[in-house]
Amino acid sequence: MEPALISPAKASLLGIPTVIFSVLIPVIGVALFTYIMAKRVAPLAFANPDFRFNRIRERAYRLLKYWLAQWKHPRYRTAGIVHIMLFAGFIILSVRSASLVIIGISEDFVMPGFGGSLGHIYNILKDYAATVVLVACVIAAYRRIVVKPKRYAVPEKYGKDHTSEAVFVLCMICGLIISESLFEASLAAAAVQKGVHAECLAPLSLAWIFRVSLSPVSLKTLQVLHVVCYYIHDLIFFSFLCFLPLGKHFHVITSIFNVWFMKLDKGTVKPVKWGVEDDQLDDLESFGVKKFEDFTWKHMLDFYSCADCGRCSDQCPANAVGRPLSPRFITIKARDYAFSHYPLKGNFKAEEPLIGGIYTEDEIWSCTTCGACEEECPLTIEYIDKMVDIRRGMVDEGNVPQSLQKPLSALEKRGNPWGKMEKKRSAWAADKEFKKECSVKLVEKGDTAETLFFVDSISSYDDRIQEITKSAAKVLTAAGTDFAVLGKLEKDSGHEVRRFGEEMLFQTLKEENTENIKESGAKRIVTADPHTYNALKKDYKNLPPVYHISEYIAEAVKSGKISLKSGDGNGKVYTYHDPCYLGRHNGMYDIPRDVLDAIPGMKRVEMTKSRDRSFCCGGGGLMLFYEPVEEQRMGQLRVEMAKEAGANVIVTTCPFCMVNMEDAIKTSGLEGEMEAIDLVELIQRHL
Amino acid sequence: MNILVCVKRVPDTSENEIEVNSSGSDIERDDLVYSVNEWDNYAVEEAIQIRDKVGGKVTVITVGDDESEEILRREMAMGADEGILLSDDAFEGSDGKGLATILKAEIEKGSYDLIMTGAQADGGAAQVGGMLAAMLDMPYASLVNKIEVLDDSKIKVGREIEGGNQEMNEIDLPCVLSIQTGINEPRYVGIRGIRKVASLDIPVHGAGDLSIDAASVGEAAAKVKRLDYFVPDMGEGAEILEGSTEEIIEKLIEMLKAKGGLK
Amino acid sequence: MAQIFAYIIHKDGVADDSALELAVAAQAIDPSASVTAIVCGSGIDAVCTEAAASYKEVWKIDSADLAYPNAEVVRKALVNILPKGAVILLPHNTFGMDLGPGLSVKLDTAYVADVVGVEGTDGNNLKLIRQEYSGMVSTHVNADISGGAVITIRGGAFQPDESKGAGGSVTDKSGDAGDLGSKRRFLEVVEAEVGDVDITKSEVLVSVGRGIEDQDNLEIVEELAKAMGADVSCSRPIVDAKWLEKSRQVGTSGQTVSPKVYLACGISGSFQHMGGIKGAPFIVAINKNPKSPIFQLADVGIVADILEFLPELTEAVEG
Repeated sequence: MEPALISPAKASLLGIPTVIFSVLIPVIGVALFTYIMAKRVAPLAFANPDFRFNRIRERAYRLLKYWLAQWKHPRYRTAGIVHIMLFAGFIILSVRSASLVIIGISEDFVMPGFGGSLGHIYNILKDYAATVVLVACVIAAYRRIVVKPKRYAVPEKYGKDHTSEAVFVLCMICGLIISESLFEASLAAAAVQKGVHAECLAPLSLAWIFRVSLSPVSLKTLQVLHVVCYYIHDLIFFSFLCFLPLGKHFHVITSIFNVWFMKLDKGTVKPVKWGVEDDQLDDLESFGVKKFEDFTWKHMLDFYSCADCGRCSDQCPANAVGRPLSPRFITIKARDYAFSHYPLKGNFKAEEPLIGGIYTEDEIWSCTTCGACEEECPLTIEYIDKMVDIRRGMVDEGNVPQSLQKPLSALEKRGNPWGKMEKKRSAWAADKEFKKECSVKLVEKGDTAETLFFVDSISSYDDRIQEITKSAAKVLTAAGTDFAVLGKLEKDSGHEVRRFGEEMLFQTLKEENTENIKESGAKRIVTADPHTYNALKKDYKNLPPVYHISEYIAEAVKSGKISLKSGDGNGKVYTYHDPCYLGRHNGMYDIPRDVLDAIPGMKRVEMTKSRDRSFCCGGGGLMLFYEPVEEQRMGQLRVEMAKEAGANVIVTTCPFCMVNMEDAIKTSGLEGEMEAIDLVELIQRHL
Repeated sequence: MNILVCVKRVPDTSENEIEVNSSGSDIERDDLVYSVNEWDNYAVEEAIQIRDKVGGKVTVITVGDDESEEILRREMAMGADEGILLSDDAFEGSDGKGLATILKAEIEKGSYDLIMTGAQADGGAAQVGGMLAAMLDMPYASLVNKIEVLDDSKIKVGREIEGGNQEMNEIDLPCVLSIQTGINEPRYVGIRGIRKVASLDIPVHGAGDLSIDAASVGEAAAKVKRLDYFVPDMGEGAEILEGSTEEIIEKLIEMLKAKGGLK
Repeated sequence: MAQIFAYIIHKDGVADDSALELAVAAQAIDPSASVTAIVCGSGIDAVCTEAAASYKEVWKIDSADLAYPNAEVVRKALVNILPKGAVILLPHNTFGMDLGPGLSVKLDTAYVADVVGVEGTDGNNLKLIRQEYSGMVSTHVNADISGGAVITIRGGAFQPDESKGAGGSVTDKSGDAGDLGSKRRFLEVVEAEVGDVDITKSEVLVSVGRGIEDQDNLEIVEELAKAMGADVSCSRPIVDAKWLEKSRQVGTSGQTVSPKVYLACGISGSFQHMGGIKGAPFIVAINKNPKSPIFQLADVGIVADILEFLPELTEAVEG
């Protein structure tokens, strides 16, 4: 059947067959794209190894969820929906765009499998998809140009605004959509004029509207429009392809790989070097990330994959209180480093140290490793492992703030950050008043028990937190648990030691604890500190099963081992604050809430930021010793949030949250108005 | 510049509760942990920074027993090039002068441009640096919180004096300086750093090696001897002052005067 | 008993408080001794006259080389002037620490630093009290003073006798000082920046905590500190509230201080805060909450609202 118009494959311009352009444009485009990609991939060749080739099924599942289904996008509703529209449109249109390139050479080309009715359905679908993408582009451009959401703003110290880049790309997309639709519509309009059969255009789609609008246009004009639009499309298509790796739209290419290779185990910390066992660490020349090339290839891929959407920084508590850290720019600065040191033209530039170069010390120490950024990132970019790696590099150079050196050396010598005596570690259990009510077995004295209560440092030594520890012991006793504590045989779990980059000290603490836990003969471990829980569960190996005390309580309540009496109904409204290391890092959101709700008469409200969007209290462990530059304390912001939610009691399940909340209540002048309590204490009061 | 830093291994007092043993002959040492004297650590950092700036070598030295080797290693992990341990039974019980005599013997075997000590150590006497300088006939400045190398023959030093003021001096080399805390920010040394220098050789020199007359050092030669340790009476918890506000204030002012809180 | 000398520190023509304290310390060492004050400097007649009120004899060493008390130069002069076997008392301050150890070597005497008490003399044995381990324990030491001694005395350890009835005479020893050239040359004193108080070196701290309630109330604390001649420090919440600068914060995350007296006003005494206090100072706690942990850690406690108590205390101190 003769087509209504001459196709680009057969047309000619000033006597030159246009098919030459149909061949030249893709050839040059692909060659240029290949060159750019080769340059972009280059630093990955110098990078450290990263082990991401395992657990195929899990990776496939995550790819479907986070990449194809855009799982995290609707967390920001408008932007999320717009992105899903664009993404879905892109996926659908990719087939059409690829076919179009070939149609310019061979006019009858049909993508394999798209010949029959599937082809017809697809054609309808892609017309609508193009329309949807155009609408999405308009909304996106409106947001960029008029609404200007705060999270897109680039503070001066971090570089220049990228609005123009974003708008330019939106224009390119619109150009693609419009040229493709006009190419299609001109042919359809000509077919109608000639009365020949034409592909039916989806009613009310962009192409359909164009066809209707083009019906009075002469065939000659339609012919020109048909060919010109084809080449406009072809040019934009390859320009767009080559433009992608130059900026934040690189994610269009890298996202599928970035999500496939994403970190699968939350709460864990990457090894110092993949492939090097703990006992071989001494052989390593250097520790951690000191220069860009020390990052792993996956971490470099992260940098390329960032869409600069600002969600991470919007959720980052450090950024919220004015600490000199914005996770988004951790990535963007590293990406720009890669771009400038591995330029498209010319030689690679000499390496420069990261600290003092693109990052400052305070920036790196400001992170509480709460994980809010990682939870939010639609592209599953990692931050904690990078922070830890950069800190490892700083520790290896001796570059550690004075305020952290003392606790670190105390941990080395005494196993706790205050340098308190080992023999006082179980002093809380020897308290006379407490001893009358509850007797605690001590492994250091040769006692044994089924369950080992791993107390950890702050819960052993801090006067206030000892109360939580005592409550935990009483609750365990009430539930009929046979438990013991290690006493002076226990050292700090090292959770923050590791996350602050002192890997060797962590390894030492881990080895000592592991040995003593194993020798105690305990069958399970319970702890009241989520940091300890996470450490024993994720950082240690080959230990008996580890439980957080709230799991224990939930089980005891369920089985009727403990029964809870009704609370004092004196106008107390409770809210539960999710500790980062119980919530985000371990997914334990419901158990503590269930325990709370098991108290008869409990009046509980939720804060806006709760569950996986919980707002860090200010950080635990060594973070207590570090003095960040900040405008406000995280705890104060959090207490405000609780107050806004209408609560007057903040319940948490972490000793560090407790310390920070209580401090914040005092510094905010809310004493008497607000209070903070640990879940275990609350339960013990309701026994 | 060839720099020698004298360091000492001391009980870590940050959280250690220093208690006197039952006979009062010593402090209770069972539960103590030891580290390098804080002031000395600043001195070593300063020495390393000077060396990195003008070149040369940093040697750390201590008088002590075998266990003192650990602090030499820690300071070598920081960046000191060499360590020397001066150890001999004859050295035991030396007073400040005895220690200075021992150090002097080692120093005279070498050739150092700059000798540093911490401003003070656990005993709180702040004496060895000044004694050493006098014995070596070198100029001395104590409580140094700033060092600026002017040329091969002289340096400029700031001394921390009362009121947070700084006394600037020009000193000819070679000289002895006692270093005050806060002069710099000492770098961190972790387990990894120490393991890296674990195999380095640290020579041990005794009285014989140094040609020291055993009678000039040690307990017998000491003009100052510690007789005992004791804890001045201190009740448990605060003594709560009671009575009318006037009475309380009167009592308080009396106490403040007695304790030097009021002049 | 050997002759006792006391080195008089002076500034701007006025003798330091230590001048009187050394006289008392000398009495404690040997009540029968005739104590000689030594005044070094340039144009120091007024100081010599002042010293003569508390010392029977004053030796004046007046030289342009001593215009600034450079310990290295002073040591040379003293070595030339002092008789063999002398006992020399110095204040244990930044000058005494600079001078004492070297002086004892050059005079070949015993050296005892930072003495807080004198137990008595038995022949050539002088029994003294000093402290070790940041003041956590005290010790008795025995100094063999047969060849003399250089002893530095802790400020405030001996209560000065203000009677000043010595009516002493001044002897000019300047001619015996000898060559005062030195390999250490004084250049200048760089004054601390105004308002930039280093609380780690303060002897008396009035420390304020949350009990102050409002920034405007800080005045109360500042007035008390001024009256006492103390510096103001604080706990973390005050810095967090930006009421005082970071350099004023005492605690594990702030400054480590070792004053003689620590007045904790409205501070609960968390161990993060107490961790910043070293050297066993005399701690006075003023807090309205009788159960506040600070009362376990303080030497003296007063249960009162600082907002009411402190102004009255200030008034009483100002007398």
